[in-house]
Amino acid sequence: MNKNQKDWIDITSGVNVRKCMRCGKCSATCPSYDEMEYHPHQFVYMVEKGDIEPLLNSESLYKCLTCFACVERCPRGVEPAKVIEAVRLTAVRQQGNNHLIPDRIPEMLDDDLPQQAIVTAFRKYTK
Amino acid sequence: MQTFTYYPGCTLRTKAKDLDTYARSSAEALGIALVEPENWQCCGGAYTTATNEVATKLSAVRTLIAGKDTDGLVTVCSACHNVIKQTNYDIARNESMQNKVKQYLELDEAYTGETTVYHYLELLRDVVGFDTLESKVVKPFKGKKIAAYYGCLLLRPSKALAMDNPENPTIMEDFIKAIGGTPVIYAQRNECCGGYITMEDKAQALKRSNAVMESAENMGADMIITACPLCLYNLKKNSCSEMPVYYFTELLAEALGLKENDNE
Ligand code: SF4
Ligand code: SF4
Repeated sequence: MNKNQKDWIDITSGVNVRKCMRCGKCSATCPSYDEMEYHPHQFVYMVEKGDIEPLLNSESLYKCLTCFACVERCPRGVEPAKVIEAVRLTAVRQQGNNHLIPDRIPEMLDDDLPQQAIVTAFRKYTK
Repeated sequence: MQTFTYYPGCTLRTKAKDLDTYARSSAEALGIALVEPENWQCCGGAYTTATNEVATKLSAVRTLIAGKDTDGLVTVCSACHNVIKQTNYDIARNESMQNKVKQYLELDEAYTGETTVYHYLELLRDVVGFDTLESKVVKPFKGKKIAAYYGCLLLRPSKALAMDNPENPTIMEDFIKAIGGTPVIYAQRNECCGGYITMEDKAQALKRSNAVMESAENMGADMIITACPLCLYNLKKNSCSEMPVYYFTELLAEALGLKENDNE
């Protein structure tokens, strides 16, 4: 396990992953549950164990909608979405690791798509 | 007359003009002055919760500073509202963030979270008052069953947004009552529409948006209202439902007699 990486994720998220009591409520309420390989409670648990590499390489990072349902509903105030955000940033902050490439944007557009979708995707998928 | 700083945000200038235009005309009719700051920048669409990111939060702080000398800062778009309120909440509690922002923006004094941020619905509830609004309605939505769609960004995280009860909100339903309509309560009203995932995973957006529309329709709704351009897009384009989707400001303006009735 990469201790520096775990420390960095803890600092970036501001979350104390040790508060988690593994009730699974965050994953139960997550609208992206079916799309995820690793679910919100697993992000919390795996970061606690320092098992971060599989998370960094998982598409699950880009399936979180940032809807804050898990943040609101966690009975222990763990705020799992902040852990996912910290892992995602660790991934996209690496050189050449942007998940969204500007050249791909035109094919995603249609006449009604609001700008908001594009700026949000950039904020979430790139650095 | 009270004067508020009004932040439209990028999408209200382009794809969501109706959300903006009717917010402005209705405020005027209700005796509220909205002043748009010069040279505002896009809020970024999503708040970065990372504690060690400052640069991505600067445009929201600029907007907050612009609101300092008025009665408050008003936003209409759910996403702008979410980003700006979360920024304000965090900076008020974090001295190191205050200092970094002060240096980045070359401020004379640090911004410490002193601006009050209102979503337009909060302006209606807390400043105008729903009773007063009701008394100014000339074309009530009598007999119309209207589903309020909160989505995720209006209410959560509730400790920062502090707008309403995050699981059992009433602000939009009270708005619907004030304009003469009948609110419809349904299970999916505060669940996500899929948001920006529509950019790369249409199937997921379809799944989420269908769930929302079906849930509202099953409870007998005639129409659904939102404050968010991306929700409107998803519910309209990424769902199989034909139920009309409107911005709440369209209904507001219509009820106040400021808009032709094309919502039939
Ligand atoms: S809801 Fe909170 S306590 Fe329960 S598993 Fe998720 S993070 Fe852990
Ligand atoms: S914020 Fe992300 S992880 Fe949490 S419930 Fe929403 S989609 Fe799931």
